[in-house]
Amino acid sequence: MQLSARQRSTVKVIVFLLCLIPLARLAWGIWNDTLGANPIEFVIRALGDWALRFVLITLAVTPLRKLTGWTWLMTLRRMLGLYAFFYATLHLSTYIWVDQFFDWIAIAKDIIKRPFITVGMLTYTLLVPLAITSNNAMIRRMGGKRWQFLHRAIYIIGALGVLHFWWMVKLDITQPAIYAAVLSALLGLRLLWLRQRQRSPAVTSL
Amino acid sequence: MLIKRPNDYLPSEITPRGLFERRRDFLRLSTAAALGAMLPEAFANAKLAGIRPGPYAATDAQTPYSKVTTYNNFYEFGTDKSDPAETSGKFRARPWKISIEGLVKKPKTLDIDDILKLAPLEERIYRLRCVEAWSMVIPWIGFPLSTLLKHVEPLGSAKYVEFVSVVQKDTMPGLSGFGSLDWPYTEGLRIDEAMNPLAIVAVGLYGEVLPNQNGAPVRVVLPWKYGFKSAKSIVTIRFVDKEPVSSWMKAGPSEYGFYSNVNPEVDHPRWTQSSERRIGEFFKRKTLMFNGYGDQVAALYTGMDLRKNY
Repeated sequence: MQLSARQRSTVKVIVFLLCLIPLARLAWGIWNDTLGANPIEFVIRALGDWALRFVLITLAVTPLRKLTGWTWLMTLRRMLGLYAFFYATLHLSTYIWVDQFFDWIAIAKDIIKRPFITVGMLTYTLLVPLAITSNNAMIRRMGGKRWQFLHRAIYIIGALGVLHFWWMVKLDITQPAIYAAVLSALLGLRLLWLRQRQRSPAVTSL
Repeated sequence: MLIKRPNDYLPSEITPRGLFERRRDFLRLSTAAALGAMLPEAFANAKLAGIRPGPYAATDAQTPYSKVTTYNNFYEFGTDKSDPAETSGKFRARPWKISIEGLVKKPKTLDIDDILKLAPLEERIYRLRCVEAWSMVIPWIGFPLSTLLKHVEPLGSAKYVEFVSVVQKDTMPGLSGFGSLDWPYTEGLRIDEAMNPLAIVAVGLYGEVLPNQNGAPVRVVLPWKYGFKSAKSIVTIRFVDKEPVSSWMKAGPSEYGFYSNVNPEVDHPRWTQSSERRIGEFFKRKTLMFNGYGDQVAALYTGMDLRKNY
């Protein structure tokens, strides 16, 4: 299934709006007080969930393109990656603003003492350069190779994101285990393809 | 982000109290009529009679009933805090017996109805501090735990008390959950802690019979300790001579100790314990040593290193 330029921009607009639904639902929940007894915790966790989900969705674009042959999927990848950054930024800001209320000492202590927060901060720090360089001008300035090398950091970000979630959970690791499985599948496919390419260098990827 | 309070209701929109309460009666009666009067549903929201105000009442604003009963850690019903309210509907809180055994002169099996008659019911308005750094203020209904314990005449060799919670496989979906605690849920106290006047046996809250998700029909409440120490839905109380190993100690020995007193100085690897969010409040508040009950319980721990005995 190939799309015309016009169809591609329509799809882009639709996906752009779909990606805002989680945020809209949270806003609706806050407004109507339907987020349970601890809405602050609910909002922080939901934003974190969506940041991690968007990292995984972004990582799913290339495998999906290879499996389906739909090249137009690639035109969505940057936007999806930036949405991961968008939700991660909201997740972190809510923690700093609403949860800690700019208590920088408490935040510093959290980063040092609590392993899951250390990992969370590291994950976000790695996301920042990727977000800054997610535009054509930056690709040109850096050169394709270096840009691609930098953006491979998304694999580490995915792994750290899952670890952040895993270490946050008190006991029932079902949820983070699901994310870990999805991430492993997405990274595993890449490894598999890399090996196939190495074995038969004449065959170029789709 | 704007945190908006819901609009105030117009007085005309509020159902008059009498009508509202009759609505409840109507629901209860119709349920009873349809399903038979002895079903557990008939007990839900039942008012407890003859309650008198008890000592140590916290003057903080009480957490609304709707929040006390929908935000619970009760892993037998699931690990999400909204799970217990949603999945505890089939739980059987009647008939109920508690076996009080071990190093005692008169081991006994008491029916919940005997327990209810053991002592006059008091309202104890206590702060509840969860290890996850949130807190509530709850008006419990119950009586001193010491009254119940003295009833069986503990022997001098009894140094600790162990509490065992119920395992109702068919009504507790969390029991089969993957990656959960070691069942049955067990907790423990040193005997002098258990005899402290702050420690209570709770059978209700907000003047009503304990809802299932809050530990029906009988639990303990220990307001100076993190919430998980207050075992719910208790079926066995055992007097022992060695420090019991609780379910949480088994699950994470480096995170959960035997004492688990509320202590803002001793951090947990996952949550800072220096402050807490009171449910319903926007700003965090400082956590108090022993959850503010130092006058009553600090003497229990004189000479102990509370960093080691966390």
